[in-house]
Amino acid sequence: MITKAKPMQHSRDNESKPFQKVGGLTRIRERIIEAVLFLSASTAVFVIFAMAFYLFSEGGKLFTHSPVDEYIEIIANKSNPVEVLTPLEIGDLQSGKIRNWNTLSDFDAPVHFVNTRDFMEGTSPDNEEVHSRRLLDFVKATPGAIGYVFKDFLERPEDFRIIKVPTTDPGTFLLGSQWYPTVEPAQILGILSMILGTLYVTIGAIVLAVPISLGSAIYLSEFAGSRMRSIIKPVIEILAGIPSVVYGFFGLVVIVPFLQDLFNLDSGQSGLAGSIILALMIVPTIVSISEDALKAVPKTLREASLALGATKWQTSYKVVVPAAISGISTGVLLGVGRAIGETMAVLMVTGNAAVIPEGILSSLRTLTATIAAELGEAPQGGIHFEALFAIGAVLFLFTLSINIIADLISKKYEVKL
Amino acid sequence: MSFCSIRNATIVLALCILLFACVDGEEALTIKGSDTVLPLAQKLAEVYMKKHPERIVVVTGGGSGVGVAALIERNTKVANTSRLIKKTESALAQRRGIQPVRHVIARDGITVVVHPENPIDGLTLDELKALFSGRIRNWKELGGEDENVVLYSREVSSGTYAFFKDAVLGKTNFAQAANLMPGTGSVVQSVSQTRGGIGYIGVAYLNDKVKGLNVAKQAGSEYIEPRSEHIESGIYPLGRELFQYSGGIERDSLVRDWFEFVYSDEGQRIVRQIGYIPVR
Repeated sequence: MITKAKPMQHSRDNESKPFQKVGGLTRIRERIIEAVLFLSASTAVFVIFAMAFYLFSEGGKLFTHSPVDEYIEIIANKSNPVEVLTPLEIGDLQSGKIRNWNTLSDFDAPVHFVNTRDFMEGTSPDNEEVHSRRLLDFVKATPGAIGYVFKDFLERPEDFRIIKVPTTDPGTFLLGSQWYPTVEPAQILGILSMILGTLYVTIGAIVLAVPISLGSAIYLSEFAGSRMRSIIKPVIEILAGIPSVVYGFFGLVVIVPFLQDLFNLDSGQSGLAGSIILALMIVPTIVSISEDALKAVPKTLREASLALGATKWQTSYKVVVPAAISGISTGVLLGVGRAIGETMAVLMVTGNAAVIPEGILSSLRTLTATIAAELGEAPQGGIHFEALFAIGAVLFLFTLSINIIADLISKKYEVKL
Repeated sequence: MSFCSIRNATIVLALCILLFACVDGEEALTIKGSDTVLPLAQKLAEVYMKKHPERIVVVTGGGSGVGVAALIERNTKVANTSRLIKKTESALAQRRGIQPVRHVIARDGITVVVHPENPIDGLTLDELKALFSGRIRNWKELGGEDENVVLYSREVSSGTYAFFKDAVLGKTNFAQAANLMPGTGSVVQSVSQTRGGIGYIGVAYLNDKVKGLNVAKQAGSEYIEPRSEHIESGIYPLGRELFQYSGGIERDSLVRDWFEFVYSDEGQRIVRQIGYIPVR
């Protein structure tokens, strides 16, 4: 250490030649080490940028084309005046919610929504060409008919009304309440229910976790004797080490039936079950950061307070906690970040209904659960795949803003102290 | 010293990887796709490799869509699916010069399951549609107890989900309030602890924790029990076929030989052994 440090100092202090010669090799080595250390430190920066770039470029593609697969054409009878339909309208036409075209325009004809499966009778299910030809004949002959075929089989497009579907825009994506990513022909992609689901579960988790964590942190830092500390601290840390799948399983077989009986629910798979599990998972994060913050409060503050006749609790409550508030809020916000990002445990206990939640006791779906459950089989480069990446980008923005807020808060209070 | 041993370990590891890569290279038949077909394909591969020790069959899961995607990308020779290949997939395949060939290797049925204490024994396809699309919300509308209906569906990427949607719901969508479960196991677990619960699973997964319902094609027709002989004869309305797609077998003798084995008496005996229904 000493031999290393000496030439460094010399070479920095004066640039005379004899020292440079002695320190040359060492200096190169120092430079290399510094470069290696810099590289390790910048890996995180690089990874974040690469990830953000990938998320936003893949997810952004969703907004550049229509939610109909590029090989498919939606066609209606030539006499139909409708030219543009949204995915939601197509869904309603298909499921029979819209029964007559006069709901959408002044064209009066009953809706016949067909797909090639309707024309399979008497042929092999693989013979797409025959089914398509039958479908085209049907649409040509029936005024209220609408259907979809492969572009390759649509030989005379001028005989039909080609229906256009507008490009997905960020507004409908973020505020749409229906999520049917695999329906043909036009995929319905709205993530509002999942954004709300994520918020409900996260807020629930914070409400449950903050009092417990703050209580533990204050106890550990202000009240506990060293014996008690040596028992409680490691146990809390073990909580952080349990795999989330284990939390999920525990939640599914213990917490879910318990909530079901307690609140007399149809099903205990609910936002609250997710919040409880998440609260358990983020307690260690909040406790350890808050405890560090409490410990960092100068001893003199405590002594001054006690000398004025305040009790231990009054000192903690009125002096130590306010002094450490920046660290505590950072801990809470990092807990929020972890809660938003947690996937597996939540996926297993919340029921995952993609519906706008009525309350914390109803089944709901989070953004992360959607990605985890659906990415496996979404064909790469497809619309569904891009939509899942766009969800990833939304999550990224969530966590980023929380980290920025955490930073601002800790800076603001640091100055005051 | 520790540096030396780390280096040695690295070299050994690299050699191992190289060795596996070589083994993988030549006579390997790759099969990939549906998790429903996976246990069957694995067992078939096991027996096949015992008969032909010089050949290697690598079977992996991932889901029907993953298998078809790999077939199109020429990353696998055979794709397992529990659904027919989709239009967009076959279009993509044709553009890449692949003509997927369908092989029905086994039959399977989907059982609708409810809580064991639910008094209802059978439902028609129309009633199932009304339940799963959210039109019927309480069991008393079907003559059951006054208990809200809780739907348990599978995630949208599952082949079982796709089959059930086609066979029962048709052009209607699943109710938005349907809970999406990440696997057959969690459907069974959830239905077993929810009095108003209803879900759907592969026949092979039925156990005592839940009650399997009989299904009738329409009101007035006979309620059929989801048993193998009923699926085999085709009278059970929720029977389905399990497939393996090849990318044009005639060129690859390994693939041709594989299907000869699958359709042999021995291969079809394995189908029955796994809990599915043979096709010949």
